[in-house]
Formats: sequence, structure tokens, C-alpha cells
Amino acid sequence: MTQQLVEELFIKYFHNSILDSGLDSAMLSLKAGKWAMTTDSFVVKPVFFPGGDIGKLSVCGTINDLAVMGATPLYLTCSFIIEEGFDIGDLEIIVQSMNSTARKDGLTIVAGDTKVVERGYCDGVYITTTGLGIVPNGINYSPSAMQVEDRVIITAPPGAHGLSVFAARNNLGVEPPPQSDCASLFSLIEPLNSLEVRCMRDPTRGGLAAVLNELALKGRKGIKIDESLIPIDSTVANLMELLGLEPYQLANEGAAVIIVSKKDAERALEKLRGHPLGRKASIIGEITAEIPGQVLMITYLGTERIMQMPSGVIIPRIC
Amino acid sequence: MVNKAAISQLAQKIPGKVSYPVRIMEVCGTHTMNIARFGIKQLLPTGIKLVSGPGCPVCVTEESDIDLIQELARITGVTVFTFGDLYRVPGSGGSLEKLNGEGADVRVTVFPLEAVYYAEQNQAREVVFIGIGFETTAPVAAVMIDLVRKKRIKNFSVLSFHKRIPPVLMELVREDNNYIDGFLLPGHVSTVIGTDDYQPLAKTWSKPGVITGFEPVDILEGIYAILEQISEKSCRIEIQYKRGVNKEGAPLAREYISKYFEVCDTSWRGLGVISESGLAIRKNFRDFDAFYRFNPGNRIIKRAPIATCSCGEILRGVKMPWECLLFGSVCKPDNPVGPCMVSSEGSCAASYNYPDRYQDPSIMKV
Ligand code: SF4
Repeated sequence: MTQQLVEELFIKYFHNSILDSGLDSAMLSLKAGKWAMTTDSFVVKPVFFPGGDIGKLSVCGTINDLAVMGATPLYLTCSFIIEEGFDIGDLEIIVQSMNSTARKDGLTIVAGDTKVVERGYCDGVYITTTGLGIVPNGINYSPSAMQVEDRVIITAPPGAHGLSVFAARNNLGVEPPPQSDCASLFSLIEPLNSLEVRCMRDPTRGGLAAVLNELALKGRKGIKIDESLIPIDSTVANLMELLGLEPYQLANEGAAVIIVSKKDAERALEKLRGHPLGRKASIIGEITAEIPGQVLMITYLGTERIMQMPSGVIIPRIC
Repeated sequence: MVNKAAISQLAQKIPGKVSYPVRIMEVCGTHTMNIARFGIKQLLPTGIKLVSGPGCPVCVTEESDIDLIQELARITGVTVFTFGDLYRVPGSGGSLEKLNGEGADVRVTVFPLEAVYYAEQNQAREVVFIGIGFETTAPVAAVMIDLVRKKRIKNFSVLSFHKRIPPVLMELVREDNNYIDGFLLPGHVSTVIGTDDYQPLAKTWSKPGVITGFEPVDILEGIYAILEQISEKSCRIEIQYKRGVNKEGAPLAREYISKYFEVCDTSWRGLGVISESGLAIRKNFRDFDAFYRFNPGNRIIKRAPIATCSCGEILRGVKMPWECLLFGSVCKPDNPVGPCMVSSEGSCAASYNYPDRYQDPSIMKV
């Protein structure tokens, strides 16, 4: 596979006036205001998983990082590291799905780069995307804005992406294979910008447990949640039960955790539930002055336990 | 999923049942995990103490056995298949995970039969399956050997560290018959072995034993049944987990075990060598026994345990995880010092992952 072949693919799918001008940098004329910028690298294995692929993931991931800051994503750049011998047909599918995902939300892909490395120096394909988005006036999301009695909302059942990839990687052979929830959250959460939202996060690596712990630490408040209010995806729940694990540490790629004032919580929920990605949205808990920096979960039995920051390794039990 | 009404009813029946303190050992790692996960200790009167037992397969694997696996994995041409729990357990020269980074071929599997298919397709490799676990996983290894024989696969063997639950329980009561008042016996293991092998626990050592399922309501019922026996001053082996276990167990699984395995003495981490507590591959099937195939060392070698790790005491139920000096500070799931922190079913991991501020006094210091 040659560099040129790849670049032709980019031009074929991503083409737009900025990219097509073929300059060394993308030239953007930006209006005044606050801009959000983020970058992330994607190394998912397998590259194609039920519900998505690395291309879709790399665009959604960056859109979501912008969207949870209240930003409207506008521009994207992408950079590929490709292993020598990677199937060009597969690459075309990946580029295609990046393109359609970006266009759906009105993003323009303004710059791209590829490096092909020797076999064994990378695993298939890695993609880095950088996104730029504009933040509407008055939006200032931050965990430090959290106040006692604010409500905690999750927009979808935890764990779908993590389980999908875990199942594919370990040949769990479950039929039908668990689907990733990989999706852009922009159209789901953008309408919340008019409400008293304190902050939002998308629970990717480390899942719900990691996000709640981060928010509690950064906002120096406690978070108290009720396990029985957390929405459940029955495929995820059953499989996790079998593996002796809980879905709270598994990643989502199409869900958000939203901290919203008590007064606006129900309205936020209503807006979310009106969107296909938010049908199962639920208020799962609240911010407390108790236990600052920690997450307390009331279990199904009404007992309580601390929800720990996940350690990053998922190990199923033996028997 | 969880029957809250049944649970609170049971929880109300428990106090006043007997005079306390009472110490109950949950033998199985899955029990340990669910007790921690659902905060079940909070539902019990303070006089009932639940202590974890030696029923987490990875936790009871000797450090020297881990070393042995590593020696084997280092041999050129060998591919090792292992369950995930074992992958990160530190031996004296690091973990299997680390070895993999250094060029060894160690593969984590959820479905052991995968190892057989791999052997079939890669005849130039020597494929070794690490057999750890109890009477539940031993039949799986036996089925694998059976399949390998049928398919005439020559490049496959099992390194068996399989262990038997009843002998280790007898050993615990033999050592100190006053410490534990009753046993929550493991559901899965009993599915295979039934009730017979536990009888001496009740008859010789006068301990109530209740084979218990894994749902919170099962666990509370199991505890209640033990208390009932204590209050009646009786002791017998009972089955609470009736939907999974019957008296006879699973004869077919046992047949497979006894076809390919024989009882042997083996060493348990923290407990030492316990006679007749292990399962070794029978002599006439030595071709499939990695010990003989590679002769990587003597079967029972005991090296000094990691000095500061309290896993041994934790496996006997005499120490709680947070009483270990390293717990949560040096030793965490992403940097485990002992096996009890590696396996998701280990008591240290259960206490770390599902902290209970009513049990562990160190938790609330932020
Ligand atoms: S906390 Fe770590 S070092 Fe201490 S007993 Fe448990 S596993 Fe061993």
C-alpha cells in the first residue's frame, strides 16, 4: 500500500474546499468567541466491532469530547498510522465511515496525514483525530460548578462498547454479538445547553465508575447514586453476571453523564428521552456534601458501598 | 433480579437466632465477591463475622507453581494457554504478562477448548494448558485431554495444579477446631462433587455446612441455615442451592476426572502441603502431563512466601484484607503484590473493589 493510494482515498471521501486547496495547513477563518479543542488517539482491537469500527469511533470520540463541553464541533483533522499490508478495502470502509459520521454532524475534515510503518510496528491501523468546536456564550461547564443536591443523569445503560469489544477480542462467541453503542452525542446533548447544566462527561475508559470518581474528586463533592436507578441493557447485564463482573467499569462510546441542577433535572430528562440515544436516560443520584471526593452507591439490597475508581483491568473469573 | 422483600425478611429473622459471636467461613471466591459487592455484611448483626476461605483458585496457587509456569513459558516453541486471573499474578520473576512482553507466547483464554484447536492447527508449537481451579475446572481439563486423544494431537499437554476443596476444609478445622463455627460451602464445586466428601466436616468435626448459591438471597438463606443448625446444636451438610446441586453431584464430570486424574498431595499458598488435596494426571496419560513432558521441576517445591503479603492468613480467615500492611497502599489491583489482589474473586480484590465503610475503618480517610 502506498501513501499515495491512501491520500487518494482521503480526497475521494473527505473532499471539501479547505482540504481540496491542498495547502500545507488548513486555512480557517474563525469568528470571535470561545473555542474548544481536543485530540485523542484510537487503537481499538478489533478494528471492526459489532456496532462500529475504528473510523466511526475516532470521529465520535472527538465529537463527544467537544460536545460534553457544550461546544458545537466544526472542524476535524485526522492522522493515520497504518501497518504495511493492511487491507486497502478495509481502509476504505474506515475512511467512509469517518466521513459519513463527520458529515452527519456538519463537521468538515480539514487536514489529514498518513504514515505507513513496517509490519509489526503497529497493529493494523491507529487513528488520531483533533477537533475544534465553538462554545456558545455563557456556557462554562466544569465539575467545580457542581452544587449539593444537583442531580446525576446517565443517558444510556453503562458498558455496551466495552463489552462489545471485550466479547469480540476474547471470542466469547455470544449470538447475537453484543453491540457497541458508538455514536455521536452532539444532537442528544446540545439541547441541554439552555438548562442549568453544571458539567458533562462521556464515560469511555473506566466507564461510569471512572467518570463519577473523577467528577467527585475534581468537584470536591460527594456523589451518591442508587444502583436500582441505573438503566440496564439486558445483554450486557446477563453476560457480565456470567463473567462475574459489573458493567460500571466498562466503556460507553455513546452515553453521557450529566450533572444538572435539581430544578432542571426533570426537564433535562425529558429532552434526553425524546432522542433515540437517550430513551433509557435516568436520574441515578445526586451530589452530596457528605464523603467529598468519593462515590457512594446504594446497592440493590439497600446496603451501601463505595464505588471505587476502576483499576483498568477487566478479568473474568475462572469458574 | 434481586428480591428485596425476601432479603429484608431474612435479614430480620437472623438476629436473635443464636448467641453471638459466630464466625462463618464463605469458602468460595464468588461468595466473597458477592458479599462485598452487595454489602451483605451490613445486613447482619455485628456478632456474625463472615471470613473468606481458600476457594479462590488463583489465590491458593503457590508462588513456586507460578514460577514453574514461567519456566515453562520461557522454553522456545511453547505456547501457554491460561485463564485470565493467573496472567497477572506475580511470581518471583514477575508475572506471565511481563513474560509475554519479553517474547514468551502466553495466551489468555475464556474458552479452554481453544487451546486444543490451536494445538491442532499449529503442530510445530508445544501447547500447554495451565490447569488451575477446583473440581469445577478439572473436568474441563479432562475433556480436553480426551479430545486431544481422539484427535491424535501430539503437541498438547496440561500442567495440572487442580485442587480439591474438601481436604483443605478438613485441614482448617484440624488445625484449629474452635475458630470457625460453620461453612458456607461452594455452589459450583458441589455441583460436581455432591455432598459425600463434606460429611466428615459435620460428622467428625461437628461443623454445620450449607451448600449455598450465589445470589444475595441464597447467601442470606445459607447463613440462616447455619445459624439454625447452631441453635439446634446439630450439624449436618445441607443444600440451600437446590437448583444447582443434588446429593450425588455430577457423576459424569467425576468420571472424567477419575479417568484422567488421580489424587495427590499438593501445596496451597499460605497453608502448606495438604495430603490428598490435589489432582495429578494419571501415570498412563503422562504424554499429556506437562510435568513429565518438560520436567520443569519438582511438583511440590515450597519457597518462602512474599514476606510482607498476608495472603496466607487471609486464606485461613484469620486476617481481614485491610489488616495487611500493604493493602490499598502498595498493593492494588493494578499493582498486585499477592494473588488475593489479582483475582477478581480474591478477598483483597473484593475488599478493594467494593469498599464497605462499616467494615474497613481505613476507608473514609480521604
Ligand atoms: S493486600 Fe496484597 S499483599 Fe496484602 S495480603 Fe492482600 S494480596 Fe497480599
